[in-house]
Amino acid sequence: MSTKVYDCISRIGDTIEENKDFLTDLDREIGDADHGVNMARGFHAVVEKIPKDDGNIGAVLKKTGMTLLSTVGGASGPLYGTAYMEAGKVMAGKTEMTAEDFSAILKAAIAGIQKRGKAVRGEKTMLDALIPASEIFDEKIAGGSDIVTALNAACEEAEKGIEYTKTIRATKGRASYLGDRSIGHQDPGATSATLTLETIRDFLKEE
Amino acid sequence: MVGIVIVSHSPKIAEGIRDLALEMAQGYEGLYCAAGLEDGTIGTDAVRIMEAIQDADAGDGVVVLADLGSGIMSAEMAIDMLDGSVKVQIADAPIVEGAILAAVEASAGGTFEHVLEETEKTRGLSKL
Ligand SMILES: Nc1ncnc2c1ncn2[C@@H]1O[C@H](COP(=O)(O)OP(=O)(O)O)[C@@H](O)[C@H]1O
Ligand SMILES: [Mg+2]
Repeated sequence: MSTKVYDCISRIGDTIEENKDFLTDLDREIGDADHGVNMARGFHAVVEKIPKDDGNIGAVLKKTGMTLLSTVGGASGPLYGTAYMEAGKVMAGKTEMTAEDFSAILKAAIAGIQKRGKAVRGEKTMLDALIPASEIFDEKIAGGSDIVTALNAACEEAEKGIEYTKTIRATKGRASYLGDRSIGHQDPGATSATLTLETIRDFLKEE
Repeated sequence: MVGIVIVSHSPKIAEGIRDLALEMAQGYEGLYCAAGLEDGTIGTDAVRIMEAIQDADAGDGVVVLADLGSGIMSAEMAIDMLDGSVKVQIADAPIVEGAILAAVEASAGGTFEHVLEETEKTRGLSKL
């Protein structure tokens, strides 16, 4: 029995827990001070509910998404929930994940987040980390890099995406109520998305 | 009878709106709330919203009223998950006024289209 997906998702949960206060503080600046609390509550529930056995990776990811939907509470619930559920569709019935699968997962997750939140790049959301990460990941894989090298590049772009969110005004989500006062602060969702990618990279590196 | 679902981050808001609306629509039983998380925390839960829509549906459709941005997002998610099994739409209307209008029209036996249309008339209402 392989437990890689369970292990990776619980590692993401650990990262979120370690950064709970940091994410919440970021959300205090431009939101309602709950992003870390929301995500930590969600991942605690996920780790309790998902099966340990990767038998069907798609099913594990789908369960992750469904659980986030009903336990996160904020906008990040339906957004991350959709992202994991879309990832689950990509992995339906599969027992192994290739670099091509991960590329498809990123693209499907982004499309799901965009369908749900109707945001595009440049609106100071998690998409400002995820879209550039996905683009460079595909470029690296097409150029013959392995998955960890490609993920390293993706994490670098995601970090740059976080920096970029500091320079722009939020036009989606709660932070948009602040108008220009949202400039100068980094987006909590872009930060949690980057932490997620970094955790996946570290996990795969150790494999 | 058309059903109504009140979606709010706060259970207190949703219950208050329900009480207010039912004063104008006594005996109406199609109004359900989906507010907060299971443990009462402030937030919205797409799965609970989906279940509330199913409970509210008596076969004639359901009008949903939601509060803030992510409430709308969770309600849209719930509707997607229902996958066409219930005739349901989010009213583009203020949640308090919309809920009262919806309850009045639904309890009077209005059709889904009529209830939705009347509910959305509250959108541009000036208060002063
Ligand atoms: N429409 C949207 N599209 C994409 N991401 C969004 C959208 N709205 C909010 N977000 C992301 O969600 C994060 C806030 O999540 P959270 O604090 O958990 O929810 P809430 O804003 O409901 O309190 C933001 O930092 C942003 O990255
Ligand atoms: Mg928040």
